[in-house]
Amino acid sequence: MLQLEGVSAAYGGMAALHAMSLQVAKGEIIAVLGANGAGKSTLLKAIAGQVERRGAIRFDGADITRLPAHRIARLGINLVPEGRRLFPRLSVEANLRLGAYARRGEAGRFAPLDQVFALFPRLRERLAQRAETLSGGEQQMLAIGRGLMTQPRLLMLDEPSQGLMPKLVDDIFDAIRRIRDLGMTVLLVEQRLVEALAIADRAYVVQTGRIVLAGAASDIAADGAVRRAYLGM
Amino acid sequence: MSLAAVVQMLLSGLLMGLIYALVAAGLSLIFGLMDVVNFAHGELLMLAMYATFFLWRGTGIEPLLLVPVVAILLFGVGMVIYRTLIARALGVRANRGMVQIFITFGLAIFLQGAAQFAFGGDFRSIGHSLLANRTVAFAGVYLPLPQAAAGVVCLLAFAALLLIARTEFGRALEATREDREAVALLGIDRDRIFALGWGLGAASVGVAGAMLAGFYYTSPDVGANFALIAYVTVALGGFGSLAGALLAGVLIGEVEAVTAQLFDPSLKQVGVLGVYLLVLLVRPRGLFGTL
Repeated sequence: MLQLEGVSAAYGGMAALHAMSLQVAKGEIIAVLGANGAGKSTLLKAIAGQVERRGAIRFDGADITRLPAHRIARLGINLVPEGRRLFPRLSVEANLRLGAYARRGEAGRFAPLDQVFALFPRLRERLAQRAETLSGGEQQMLAIGRGLMTQPRLLMLDEPSQGLMPKLVDDIFDAIRRIRDLGMTVLLVEQRLVEALAIADRAYVVQTGRIVLAGAASDIAADGAVRRAYLGM
Repeated sequence: MSLAAVVQMLLSGLLMGLIYALVAAGLSLIFGLMDVVNFAHGELLMLAMYATFFLWRGTGIEPLLLVPVVAILLFGVGMVIYRTLIARALGVRANRGMVQIFITFGLAIFLQGAAQFAFGGDFRSIGHSLLANRTVAFAGVYLPLPQAAAGVVCLLAFAALLLIARTEFGRALEATREDREAVALLGIDRDRIFALGWGLGAASVGVAGAMLAGFYYTSPDVGANFALIAYVTVALGGFGSLAGALLAGVLIGEVEAVTAQLFDPSLKQVGVLGVYLLVLLVRPRGLFGTL
């Protein structure tokens, strides 16, 4: 579904990705792991079209390397960004509906609302509230929900567990698994290695902008030497 | 000072203030959306006034009926300015803020010069229409009809802007204002939102200009005074706030009228800027500012 070949990207004038190659197949959950500053976020931004990039990025066979961010989103790739990036002064409902804005004129564009409420019932209770009044966990739910409203085939999540209490972290990871079961493909950047490896099919380990290890999530989780060498656990 | 004179003073301040408010609303909309100060805003007002004058002179159509035509015309002008100049200015890598200031400033000078060249320096006015030079008197208070109509139309334009803000497009405008990168992730073409925002901002000033042409002399440099007042209005009302622009515009109209009446007409701008400085000292983010 998604192929990267020799993708390099610069962020703020500094090279952050060096000739990265990776594949994501339909229906997979792929985890991208690594230390802070390894280039995980830049990788997702490069795919989403938010940073300058070189190389080849293909989505369902089409070259998307040079497309602007909104065109990439319309092809069915949604990035739930680091820090959530909600519209703080708009209501929860307005935030969700904006996810379907680009599909104006299409029938049933608000249909994913039911999916979102099934995944995150709390959002339904908070519809009229401003996004900025939500708790951290609810904001993350809203960010994912807003992404789902775009009806993505590939959902990319940048550290969805950041700043959340342990109970909520479990809820979010559980939701990610259910999103995959709905038929979406997930590319997940995480610092929480145990939980990420537990739900992922495969994982890539990133160090200083390069992929240093790739393999089945269960193998990486089981290999003590690999964990100590690359993941510090 | 008689009661009638006081009412007269407040009434003329209110009617002028509503024009100021609508001019400022257009400026505020564009600034709030993309942090670009449009230094050619007064020249958009000038273009709207000339458009009204020449359409009236060429066709003889009642100026009041020309308001929607001029609004649509200015909407197009705003979109073209965004697509040809502003979008490029936003794309530069170095000194982006400076480039934006100079590009709208340069546009202002260009439009003034072009108007001088094309239309000459004569003062133009709409001599005869349904409303021109008519007044209604009531208990010693005179209500000039062109000004009264302008006030009503400006209020209607504000109502339209508030209605637009509640539509799905209005929400997209607000979202783009709050986080222009996050909207792109949702597949929203922010360039298109920006262009429509410019169109809407220019259409607002277009409505104000079309009404103003009914009672104010049109000349190539007519925009300068109104632009200055619009910048003060936006800063006073709070950047990006529609309600703030409305109330601040009326407040400025009143301050101007009171200063002119109690002191001297030539001091009216001193009064306006005095109140502005006072508000800045007490409440720097403006009366309704959230930034």
